[in-house]
Amino acid sequence: MPVFDDRGEGVLRAMERAGRAEIPVGCRNGGCGACKVLVLNGKYRLGKISRLHITKFEEQEGYALACRLYPETDIEVRPVGSLLHRAPG
Amino acid sequence: MALQGVLRPGFVQIRILDMEESLVHYRDRLGLDFVGKSEDGRVYLKAYDEFDRHSIILRETDEAGMDVMGFKVSDDSLLDDYARRLSDLGAEVSAVEAGEQPGVGRRVRFLSPTGHQFDLYADMELSDNGPMTENPDLWREEPHGMGALRFDHCLLYGVDIDGTAKLFTEALDFSISEYAAAPDDTKIAVFLTCSNKAHDIALVRHTEDAKFHHCSFLLDNWNDVGHAADILTRYDMSVDIGPTRHGITRGQTIYFFDPSGNRNEVFAGGYHYYPDNPTRTWTADQAGKAIFYYERALNDRFMGVVT
Repeated sequence: MPVFDDRGEGVLRAMERAGRAEIPVGCRNGGCGACKVLVLNGKYRLGKISRLHITKFEEQEGYALACRLYPETDIEVRPVGSLLHRAPG
Repeated sequence: MALQGVLRPGFVQIRILDMEESLVHYRDRLGLDFVGKSEDGRVYLKAYDEFDRHSIILRETDEAGMDVMGFKVSDDSLLDDYARRLSDLGAEVSAVEAGEQPGVGRRVRFLSPTGHQFDLYADMELSDNGPMTENPDLWREEPHGMGALRFDHCLLYGVDIDGTAKLFTEALDFSISEYAAAPDDTKIAVFLTCSNKAHDIALVRHTEDAKFHHCSFLLDNWNDVGHAADILTRYDMSVDIGPTRHGITRGQTIYFFDPSGNRNEVFAGGYHYYPDNPTRTWTADQAGKAIFYYERALNDRFMGVVT
């Protein structure tokens, strides 16, 4: 089911406003890694994030933090983060 | 004077991802005053009711979290004694030269078993914008933003919290005011004080070391906690939980995140502690009430999200 980021506020906040809980909501500001996702397809921009959670290599592989993920086309993502245990790597 | 030795948390240096956004947050929203910027880019701030030059240091980099928390000591002559006591307990101790932060004297630095860096120092220049001392008004200028009075404490996460607590109690003469324990008596959260406050530092057991849960700022009263909540909504800031109250320490509180995901607390109230007071304890089955007295339930974000 699609969620629209029609305010340019990023995927995580758009999901929250839509009442969707598939992606864990942590700090919402790029620091904690809870909302880590793998982008499966689509174009997007990634804002400032803590490199503890997404290395530059991972960024190239399509990993992102949903709170700083700004879609430029329709995108499809798979959550890989957690509130209690940071995803490995 | 009775209160000697380690006096209080004096500063915390926080890693942030974007200086401009962070300044809006700490200066305009929390209500701190801008003190200055050093040549290496670090920005220094203070709360309006603090006498010393600065208490919050922001360092821009590509990871969030805490670099170091500093405690002010009553006299320079005590620093070497603390260094020896810390070293005797196995802590890695080093020296930070005077002037590494503007206006701050020499510091004794130690690394705790939970991977956190702490500094002890006795000298910091007084601010020329501190509280008035002669026929003092309440403030020089009316508080702005949330009106934080002072930097108050930090909560830090790591594996061996017993080891870190031992350094604070045995080398630095802190007391454990309160703790929560699992059924097998393993401590899961420890609250330590060097003063009359219910806590000056808190530790929670976690699977990773060197983690930063929050730094906290004191407000005057419960109404001011409500005003802080108004500001959080008005500026669409990222809230964790609150306003609510803690069972532990009894503080009235709200938690939120800075623009780099570091958690902040503003709080009011809490009991006064004296070193002869018995330690308060909580059992794991009451952990919800211990952490959030009104909700009486833990929240995964509060427990698990750290930088």
